[in-house]
Amino acid sequence: MCFNYDLVLIFGYNEPRLKFIFLLTDLSQILRNLNKTRIPTLSGDKWMSNAPVDTGRRRFLTAATAVVGGAGAAAVAVPFIKSWNPSAKAKAAGAPVEVNISKVEPGQLIRVEWRGKPVWVVRRTKEILDGLPAIDAQLRDPDSVEPQQPAYAQNTGRSIKAEYFIAVGLCTHLGCSPTYLPDTFGEQVEGVASGFFCPCHGSKFDMAGRVFQGVPAPLNLVIPPHQYIDDGTVIIGVDKGAA
Amino acid sequence: MVKNIIDWIDERIPMTATYNRHVGQYATPTNFNFWYFFGSLAMLVLVNQLLTGIWLTMNYVPTAEGAFASIEYIMRDVEYGWLLRYMHSTGASAFFVVIYLHMFRGIIYGSYQKPRELLWLFGMLIFLVLMAEAFMGYLLPWGQMSYWGAQVIISLFGAIPFIGDDLTLWIRGDFVVSGATLNRFFALHVIALPLVLVVLVFLHLIALHEVGSNNPDGIEIKKNKDENGWPKDGIPFHPYYTVKDIMGVAGFLIVFCYVLFFMPEGGGYFLEGPNFEAANPMKTPEHIAPVWYFTPFYAILRAIPDKLIGVIGMGLAIAVLFVLPWLDRCSVKSVRYRSMTHKLNIGQFAVSFIVLGYLGAVPTTEILTYVARFFTVTYFGFFLLLWIYSKNEKTKPVPERLTH
Repeated sequence: MCFNYDLVLIFGYNEPRLKFIFLLTDLSQILRNLNKTRIPTLSGDKWMSNAPVDTGRRRFLTAATAVVGGAGAAAVAVPFIKSWNPSAKAKAAGAPVEVNISKVEPGQLIRVEWRGKPVWVVRRTKEILDGLPAIDAQLRDPDSVEPQQPAYAQNTGRSIKAEYFIAVGLCTHLGCSPTYLPDTFGEQVEGVASGFFCPCHGSKFDMAGRVFQGVPAPLNLVIPPHQYIDDGTVIIGVDKGAA
Repeated sequence: MVKNIIDWIDERIPMTATYNRHVGQYATPTNFNFWYFFGSLAMLVLVNQLLTGIWLTMNYVPTAEGAFASIEYIMRDVEYGWLLRYMHSTGASAFFVVIYLHMFRGIIYGSYQKPRELLWLFGMLIFLVLMAEAFMGYLLPWGQMSYWGAQVIISLFGAIPFIGDDLTLWIRGDFVVSGATLNRFFALHVIALPLVLVVLVFLHLIALHEVGSNNPDGIEIKKNKDENGWPKDGIPFHPYYTVKDIMGVAGFLIVFCYVLFFMPEGGGYFLEGPNFEAANPMKTPEHIAPVWYFTPFYAILRAIPDKLIGVIGMGLAIAVLFVLPWLDRCSVKSVRYRSMTHKLNIGQFAVSFIVLGYLGAVPTTEILTYVARFFTVTYFGFFLLLWIYSKNEKTKPVPERLTH
């Protein structure tokens, strides 16, 4: 600490202004000694820190610092993680949509967008509806036990009106939109004329959105909450009796 | 004058020492063959990706409304934009070609074995980050395949029990893949993951230079040193292997440029047809398949007729590579001196990987599903068999010094 020593030589040891400088340099030496840097002091060739090391105290200080620091890091992580959740804008975009279904032909499928997802409206013919119970044995969940639909759609056709099948058009495997095969589904499942085939991983669904066995999709297609305003208009996104 | 400058720097930072340690006096085995090109080529492709990537961000618009149009803008209106973009997209495929060959090199010459386990682990982490990087990059053009590919891969996380649905919602930031997803993938693709990648590559190299390079004979050249402590079978990396690697670079660039200029879409495997159509959340393309470098793992996912087990199977196919150093219990490294069983096992592993890669790229049929299941079993069989026979493997005597 030649700097201090020079000052002493110039001003004398009792110069009051130097007391403050000495205090600061002493502090800095203590801090440096914490890092085990050995710094010779004015007291000759003795090392500054020659007191016995209290390892228990050190361990406590290390642990306490780690805990406080860890809690701080965890707290800081919260905004970073939470900011990945859907924003208020994204959440608000889930408003119900009204669909005019009066012009849908028998066998036709129309797509509407609800919460950014494709929702299908299919007008099923009588033959299709009559054929539904016959394939129960080939399905994973023929009676729609799994809660993939509102209670009012837990029936054979998984719909409010048997004629209109309304479902979220996303495969329950990995979210692709299955292809509607009104005439050629027989190539996928023998003896079943129409259904839905997922191009991504080959999952198959019948005309009530019920999943076949032996495919990757685990569950039936989701039936969104919906209700009829009148014969030709359905509103998707609102439960029966809620509006 | 130059010496004074070098001395001035060396007194302040260990420049010369670092150069000598990693290049000038890094002892490299004398018998490297063409398999040893791919490490330096991976670095070259990384630089290509970083450079072209930075330039692409200068014209790319990371929003659901603007992304697709901005890619077309880069392709048509920006001077040499088409070249920068094709360099980047072809570079992505080249990266995986080079990395897969680099990994295969490690497998045949036992470069993952003690003392190179950590080197292998860093490499596997690089592979993992690279896959994340490629996946997120593929969403950015916001084409049909971008969109539905992301939808499928993010949905994989939905297979995790209890937290799956919330997790996918959190990753997407919306109820479906949307602009929010695009924006965060852009941020991760251009900043976060490249940073991680560069740090991992640095660690990979430091680990390599600490333990030293393996070689086609799988012999530690450090065991045979001359009186100066220099390995008898070693030559300095520079100029010997810098020159050799430059030759590798030249060969690589010929192939790379051919693809770049004459078939930048890679026959629909590097840039897929449906991706020339803007993302449509209402309609999935008729046939969706990931880019070729993911197809082996995708085929495994598709072969298993259960959502959760399929996802686990796919994850395991990658995870099992991490523990390869501990599955192989043989002390002989190189395939040159190992048993016929091991040679056949590596051969069937390579075949399984390629067949799975093909199956993952084509539409599935009932017969192909059974084929995929068969090769899924043989893929995992490689690791199981290796663990069983490597304990008491009948190996050939390993020579003291390198052969050529």
